[in-house]
Amino acid sequence: MRLVLHIWRQRNASAKGRMARYEAPNVSPDMSFLEMLDVLNEDLIARGEEPVAFDHDCREGICGSCGFMINGVAHGPLPGTTVCQLHMRHFKDGDELYLEPWRARAFPVVKDLLVDRSAFDRLIAAGGFISASTGSAPDGNAILVPKENADRAMDAAACIGCGACVAMCPNASASLFMGAKISHLGLLPQGQPERYRRSAAMAARAGLERFGGCTNIGECEAVCPKEIKLDVIARMNGDFLRAALGRNGVSAGE
Amino acid sequence: MILDSKAPGGPIETRWDRHRFNLKLVNPANKRKHTIIVVGSGLAGASAAATLAELGYNVKCYCFQDSPRRAHSIAAQGGINAAKNYHNDGDSIYRLFYDTVKGGDFRSRESNVYRLAEISVNIIDQCVAQGVPFAREYCGYLDNRSFGGAQVSRTFYARGQTGQQLLLGAYQALERQVGAGKIHMYPRAEMLDLIVADGKARGIVTRNLVTGTIESHTADAVVLGTGGYGNVYYLSTNAKGSNATAIWRAHKRGALFANPCYTQIHPTCIPVSGHYQSKLTLMSESLRNDGRVWVPLKEHDTRPPAQIPENERDYYLERRYPSFGNLVPRDVASRNAKAVCDQGRGVGETGLAVYLDFRDAIEHLGKRVITERYGNLFDMYERITGEDPYTTPMRIYPAIHYTMGGLWVDYNLMSTIPGLYVIGEANFSDHGANRLGASALMQGLADGYFVLPNTIGDYLASNKFEPLSLEHPAVREAETQVTCITKRLLEANGAHSADSFHRSLGKLMWDHCGMSRNAEGLRQALSEIPRMREQFWRDVRITGSGEELNQSLEKAGRVADFFELAELMCLDALHRSESCGGHFREEYQTADGEAARDDARFSYVAAWQFHGIGNAPELHKEPLTFEYVHPAQRSYK
Repeated sequence: MRLVLHIWRQRNASAKGRMARYEAPNVSPDMSFLEMLDVLNEDLIARGEEPVAFDHDCREGICGSCGFMINGVAHGPLPGTTVCQLHMRHFKDGDELYLEPWRARAFPVVKDLLVDRSAFDRLIAAGGFISASTGSAPDGNAILVPKENADRAMDAAACIGCGACVAMCPNASASLFMGAKISHLGLLPQGQPERYRRSAAMAARAGLERFGGCTNIGECEAVCPKEIKLDVIARMNGDFLRAALGRNGVSAGE
Repeated sequence: MILDSKAPGGPIETRWDRHRFNLKLVNPANKRKHTIIVVGSGLAGASAAATLAELGYNVKCYCFQDSPRRAHSIAAQGGINAAKNYHNDGDSIYRLFYDTVKGGDFRSRESNVYRLAEISVNIIDQCVAQGVPFAREYCGYLDNRSFGGAQVSRTFYARGQTGQQLLLGAYQALERQVGAGKIHMYPRAEMLDLIVADGKARGIVTRNLVTGTIESHTADAVVLGTGGYGNVYYLSTNAKGSNATAIWRAHKRGALFANPCYTQIHPTCIPVSGHYQSKLTLMSESLRNDGRVWVPLKEHDTRPPAQIPENERDYYLERRYPSFGNLVPRDVASRNAKAVCDQGRGVGETGLAVYLDFRDAIEHLGKRVITERYGNLFDMYERITGEDPYTTPMRIYPAIHYTMGGLWVDYNLMSTIPGLYVIGEANFSDHGANRLGASALMQGLADGYFVLPNTIGDYLASNKFEPLSLEHPAVREAETQVTCITKRLLEANGAHSADSFHRSLGKLMWDHCGMSRNAEGLRQALSEIPRMREQFWRDVRITGSGEELNQSLEKAGRVADFFELAELMCLDALHRSESCGGHFREEYQTADGEAARDDARFSYVAAWQFHGIGNAPELHKEPLTFEYVHPAQRSYK
């Protein structure tokens, strides 16, 4: 099939960007979206033009490197799918596609479709961990975790840190990302001692990184390639509220 | 050069304990006076960086991705082995040790493997404490499953995302130390050379991938956790960015490269669909627990699988290996798949695939159980192929997945350059000629959490370190070297992209140094590679400049190194006139087509020393002795 692509080209962080039009004349339905861009880039190199820069690595939907907007939707039209796992069979001949980088104040554009998401790392560094230094752990089976909690923690832990939630949110809020980490760790007995301190520290950091606030719109959930649910945000807000009320200790039965 | 493994003697059960006791310690107040560079932030690199920082060292950590959380360990699906014997099914440290030595086809160091098995239990404890959401039974205890090459259930898992969860655990531990100011993280930085001053590894030269600036960083020791070199083959299950540049450039600075020809082919990957294919996707080996592998009995049978009756199917693994069945080790499963396809019994459009069928498992266990176990893998398969594996058998074919070879290290994980440590897949240790499933995660974390943080102290305590000035001739020389390579690549101004050269190299390597090898093919590859390499340097086209983010320049540098490494791999494969593990030489097989080792001549680690491009590398041998597990032909029948 034949596609028309409009791609955001921007030389570097301080340069002015613009949309550029390209044609992709020989797209196979079995290609992944990034393979389609590989072919375009090979053509560009052959013509002596600069290839389109985009982040990508594992191409299995797990590393979280890739992601951009396709016709205004983060990661494109297929739910629960990163662009590297999106195959061209979901498009049709003659489609015109607009590719833009994540748009958020906290994610400045580095080049073309590639942005700086280091703010996510700083959110984790602020408190998205359990302080368990190497060597201090008890036997794995000494800490019993009800299967349901383990499963729900795993649902939240599936976050790949791609940033689609932020890009899609009209407020550019990082709530789904933070909520996922806070829920993952807060659902496990190991995560209890630091539970409230964690949510307070991460929320404070989010403000410094210029992520917006959450107004429960739900665009994040709709585009999350790992289908992380909005209830992680409710859980985070609960923890944050308790932290604000001065709760710091372990709470039983929550 | 005499290769001293420094592996302790005496009873194997106490070797690591005794060795650790004999290591010198750095006192807590002195630890903060040392800076250590860790390159790579995968399971090995991140766990090492975090643990070293917890101990009090200053750590500088580098990765080429935009965040340390993206390292390719994240893509490991199946699980991590540990000799916990939680299932009372006869597992023990000794059995994991035995299985790993045997699985490695008797080409690994016994002391290292025993230590790995011993530490495996601590890894699970550590990861649970960090909040890794391992699968649980309803009663709250940890769940296990079985994996290829073992008859016990010792594999811990977090759905089909075990690597992701373990890496996030290590990444969070690393970020905690970033927050505490003990680790300085350098993302989007690629190591392009090693600084060796007065015979010791003292730093690295990097390229800042955003600005293009070439920078030197110095320290008292350098740790490489930069992964394997499977992308020599272009198509592999590795991430697109995975590369050999860090270890290869360290090799050119004097670190010996061990067993480069030991590469692992993973039997269960999604087959190639077209020439634009950019990578291969692995389907976790754990699928073989419940899936049955088969091909039609008849050659060139093009009927859809559902129309092929039971008596016209050949469940060839179950037939040939009744006791291990579909759970034979990876090398055996891969070679058998190739053999049936070579006979014309392969399936799918290309004939280069076999079926992995869940029909019977769904019948026995119900769809719900199968979804719970493999749901995300089934979804991924459907996304890529457009076929539903609940109703149509998966089509799978082997693909390059892991490299057992790597930089030679001693028992302390130090390379032949003092102060240069190599951990995880980047080193050669522990897996011999074939790695068992769920053992890579185990080794990466064993090295990073528990081995290196102990052994590196001995080196730091035994040497004096003067600060290394950025004006030191060794720093200057390394920087000049890097600048020259970059300049040369940019000035080639040829007609073809780096990817097109990489594709040709990959095809040549897959054809002649892939799943099976023979002397004639290897000689042919050895004559073609230098020609292709010269053409690459003459004819590569890189757009843009060196002073900006330039992904084609990054790629070209990596491909240049793959060309040099490929030659060494073929040379090693040619010299090893035997078959062992993942290295299958067609000339050396038993009457029934199994790998025929030659212990009398090849029971050694082949470690190669670099003497310049165009000069023959020099082979050094570290003899392997087996005091506990006695070499025998591996049998999974």
